[in-house]
Amino acid sequence: MADAEVIPLSVPLGTRGRPGRGSRNATPSQAARSLAPAKSGPKSRRPARGPSVAVDPPRPVSAVGQVDPSAPATEQTAPPAAADAGRDRLAAALAFLRRRLTGDYDVDELGFDRELTSTVFMSILRPLATKWFRIEVRGVENIPADGGALLVANHSGTVPVDALMTTVVVHDHARRHLRSLGADLVFALPVVSELARKGGATLACNDDAERMLAAGELVGVWPEGFKGVGKPYSERYKLQRFGRGGFVSAAIRTGVPIVPCSIVGAEEIYPLVGNVPTLARLLGLPYLPVTPFFPWLGPLGLVPLPSKWVIEFGEPIRTDSYPEGGADDPMLVFNLTDQVRETIQQTLYDLLVHRRHIFF
Amino acid sequence: MSEVGMGRVVLVTGVAGSLGSETARRLAADAAVDKVVGVDVLPPRGDLGAVRFVRADIRNPVIAKVLAVEDVDTVAHLSVSTSPVTGGRTTGRTSVKEANVIGTMQLLAACQRAPGVRRLVLKSSTAVYGSSPRDPAIFTENTALKSPRGSGHAKDFAEVEGYVRGFSRRRPDIAVTVLRCADILGGQLGTPLEQYLQLSVLPTVLGFDPRLQLLDVEDALEVIHRAVVVDHPGTYNVAADGVLVLSQVLRRLGKLTVAVPSIAVGTVGRALRHTSRLDLNGDFIAFLTHGTAVDTMALRAEFDWTPRWAGAQTLERFAELVGHGPVTADRVRHVEQSLAAVLTSRGW
Repeated sequence: MADAEVIPLSVPLGTRGRPGRGSRNATPSQAARSLAPAKSGPKSRRPARGPSVAVDPPRPVSAVGQVDPSAPATEQTAPPAAADAGRDRLAAALAFLRRRLTGDYDVDELGFDRELTSTVFMSILRPLATKWFRIEVRGVENIPADGGALLVANHSGTVPVDALMTTVVVHDHARRHLRSLGADLVFALPVVSELARKGGATLACNDDAERMLAAGELVGVWPEGFKGVGKPYSERYKLQRFGRGGFVSAAIRTGVPIVPCSIVGAEEIYPLVGNVPTLARLLGLPYLPVTPFFPWLGPLGLVPLPSKWVIEFGEPIRTDSYPEGGADDPMLVFNLTDQVRETIQQTLYDLLVHRRHIFF
Repeated sequence: MSEVGMGRVVLVTGVAGSLGSETARRLAADAAVDKVVGVDVLPPRGDLGAVRFVRADIRNPVIAKVLAVEDVDTVAHLSVSTSPVTGGRTTGRTSVKEANVIGTMQLLAACQRAPGVRRLVLKSSTAVYGSSPRDPAIFTENTALKSPRGSGHAKDFAEVEGYVRGFSRRRPDIAVTVLRCADILGGQLGTPLEQYLQLSVLPTVLGFDPRLQLLDVEDALEVIHRAVVVDHPGTYNVAADGVLVLSQVLRRLGKLTVAVPSIAVGTVGRALRHTSRLDLNGDFIAFLTHGTAVDTMALRAEFDWTPRWAGAQTLERFAELVGHGPVTADRVRHVEQSLAAVLTSRGW
């Protein structure tokens, strides 16, 4: 923590003096309160799933890794019932495999495979989020319970693990599927492309973004792109340019709120200390990372460092009050882009000040 | 929108193909149509009934005489071919391209001179959008088409559409309808996808699972018929409900697949050309890698019609026609049940 450069600012920039972010500050604004779900009771909204899927139903989780004791337990304690449950689970698992083998499942028009994502992808990624990075989640009530919303986050970590982790956190805490927007490289790479589409991602372009937002999806975007994810370790937590503000115009055009999301911890998983631009160009990659462990330790260097993460969702910024044609007003788009960027940057600095240690 | 009854004499190109001949037959049976003239270089396979067949090459100026003599007012241009197979005879790629592009130019030139022509319907393909990782996931009719590359049928369709746009600027009085159809499945159309799906072992591109849309041949005939009988000027995407991914399609058909790294697909394609009629060219490889999906809202709004068969149903109907592969749902279910029995008896 001590090595992070912190610029204290008395008034958050770009928020016109209002406390423009997370739930920890003051009282949430009217905008946030009207968007946030009712606080009482566990959320009942669950991702749609097949009738006999072989997973435990998601339980409300208060903090990562700690199951809420008030949630109904799914495991039966009596031995005969346990045997039955085991048999049911086996049957459900085999039925799941059979459906995969015979193509008896549905994908949406963007190729999103809801069943595969909820059962397989999330189960694989969840231990990484809860056990390895021990992600602490804040301000999850700022994610609208339903309807379109655009989640905007900082990007870092050499390999975009932060996008995957945000998807897991949103799935487990907000009970929504985060539909990510990815760079075209994602869809040009074998295997990555297939997994990304099945996991609900699509190309970061206004057509696809507006289509999903208009359909009421929660869309995630990392506007820094490769500039953010591939920046040197010495520039950690310094936000890069936020693209060209395309994400803001998509939000204004569809009138959905923008939820700023600040991720602390992802910068340290693969500290990028060098780059081999010539070889990267040859391979058609935006950069070729050199970390203290990669490529020196071979495959072992691919293990991310177990930094302690915090993901904070800030107060939603409404975009539905702008006049007709607001999306085509570049000044408005630039200002709103800056406001989102400053909100995330300030939250990052604030989180860094209060961070005890990179790894704990 | 003008009323039914205006389309009196319809000229249909490509009646040697099954889509063309079936369209001509259906139009001839429609009371709103007085006469149907079918044109192709080869005689149609089946009986065309009341259709007047004229054996002519649309690459030849003779087509202008046919338009004048028969007093044609509606032209349904269906002969732009996706495959090197025309009327059961395998022809080279160059001659197909020439028939597609030069044939269209000649036909449009004849239409431009024919004062009686009021309506033109072009059967195009969603292949005009191409398949690339840099495009939006869903194409609308407003998506700007990139300049076509390569030499496959996608380029033919793109060029043909370009000529049709130019024609429609020169003859604004003619109602031009362009139908960009998704892959049509009907059992014996000989399209690249149909031939691909009938291979015994199918090569797929390793690490890619493209999205695709289908269109039942019945729905394709219906939408062409509607466009011929009533004016619907404009360009429309036509596809069945629902997007499928290739792996899902192949599993539903019970097919065996081999994943081939993308660099080796071209070689496999060349090898397949010797053993099957499938031409696994650049366009089709791109399609098998990245896929194509389109938005059909404009069609539904303008035609006030929805394809009868959804994508999954179209696939099921196709499977009934050509047969399932070895990995059928029944066999998988059987394995599942025996596996469950074994595991349960072992105390799982």
